[in-house]
Amino acid sequence: MVSEMTRTIRLRVNGREHSVEVPSRRLLVDCLRYDLGLTGTKEGCSVGVCGACTVLMDGQPISSCLALAVFADGKEIVTVEGIAPEEGLDKVQQSFMDHGGFQCGSCTPGMVVTAKALLDENPNPSEDEIKEWMMGNLCRCTGYYQIIKSIQEAAVEASDA
Amino acid sequence: MHNFEYREPETLEEALLLLGELGEDAKVVAGGTALVIMLNQRLLMPSHLISLRKVENLQAIEASEGDLQLGALATHRAVETSPLVRKHSPVLAETYAQVATLRIRNMATVGGSLAHADPSQDSPVTLMALDARVNLASADGSREVPLDKFFTDYYETVVLPDELITRVLVPPAAPETGSAYVKFLPRSSEDYGTVGVAATVSVEPDSGVCRDCRLVVGGVGSTPMRAREAEDLLKGQRSTPELLQEVGAAARQLTDPVSDVRGSGEYKRAMTGVFVGRAIDQAWQRALV
Repeated sequence: MVSEMTRTIRLRVNGREHSVEVPSRRLLVDCLRYDLGLTGTKEGCSVGVCGACTVLMDGQPISSCLALAVFADGKEIVTVEGIAPEEGLDKVQQSFMDHGGFQCGSCTPGMVVTAKALLDENPNPSEDEIKEWMMGNLCRCTGYYQIIKSIQEAAVEASDA
Repeated sequence: MHNFEYREPETLEEALLLLGELGEDAKVVAGGTALVIMLNQRLLMPSHLISLRKVENLQAIEASEGDLQLGALATHRAVETSPLVRKHSPVLAETYAQVATLRIRNMATVGGSLAHADPSQDSPVTLMALDARVNLASADGSREVPLDKFFTDYYETVVLPDELITRVLVPPAAPETGSAYVKFLPRSSEDYGTVGVAATVSVEPDSGVCRDCRLVVGGVGSTPMRAREAEDLLKGQRSTPELLQEVGAAARQLTDPVSDVRGSGEYKRAMTGVFVGRAIDQAWQRALV
């Protein structure tokens, strides 16, 4: 039996530095959930299609089920746990609650993280831009209209603030 | 996933030496969007993974003696959003923008997708229509391969076990040339197409007659394919609905699609004819602008 090959990675997750020894074969989603206890990120399809496991790597949405944990060495990761400010909720989170942007909730962490990245890059997106950006995040309850509405309202909220 | 050793060279030279040493025992990983699935499903079980993620100087997208040069590690998203690409080859930016989802485009690289060689991918079809060339390096030197001689079979290319893709070169378009990439997506927008077609059409500016063209179909055979006989039918002609049908029928002859969730072989074949016509029509109209 060959012993498990491991590597020590340093990464910043939600603003906190971590140094973790991980098996080379560890997926990023598993590192976040099991090594760091951040279970907000969900694994859905395991093949990069559904978007449930979306996290930000250096500000950009990626599928954490398609990334090895070792890919995150030296990177900045933001998960759904890192979206909210110290007090209260981020505007996107509050807006999902106010406008019923979820039903069963399984896709919600990925939706919120992806929407947050959109508003960071484009604070006032059109409906088409929202659809284009969110296209890879699937809601199997099919609550898409409320999700789009939640993001539009979060953008309005941000521009009023 | 099986147990493997992860190596992370920081220069191209170091990566090439490592690859020369490990050869077929190693798999190269860049964005990982295809390879990690194959590892996870145990379709591949290499003893070593050589990551290019920390190799510098292979990400750049730049102009090089008239060519557009895409570094092998440039992400799909970087190509899609590059002002230089949009100016030099707008159809290339349009094509990369149609690949899968934003998350995949943020990870997947230009070189990685060519090395993966799934015949249903979008970008190889357009790159081939644009007459792109691929630069391959090994510890012993480098060579350049035209993209239409690059793919050999499903997931197979001419890249040798000790070689790496370092960059892709796209020549400038001839004057009065229009290009288009269209794909048929009967299921969902992030899916692979049932068929993808790229066309470039160069016209005589006064008459609008086709002077030259390139036509490539993807997803309907073991590799993307140049439809040369169909191209010949276009040269010296004016665009008419009858001509586009005839050219579609000629391109259809080339195809040998497998039946899958994106359509039966017969259906994909029929759709190839339709989408060839649409791609040529769009390219031709763009050439006349």
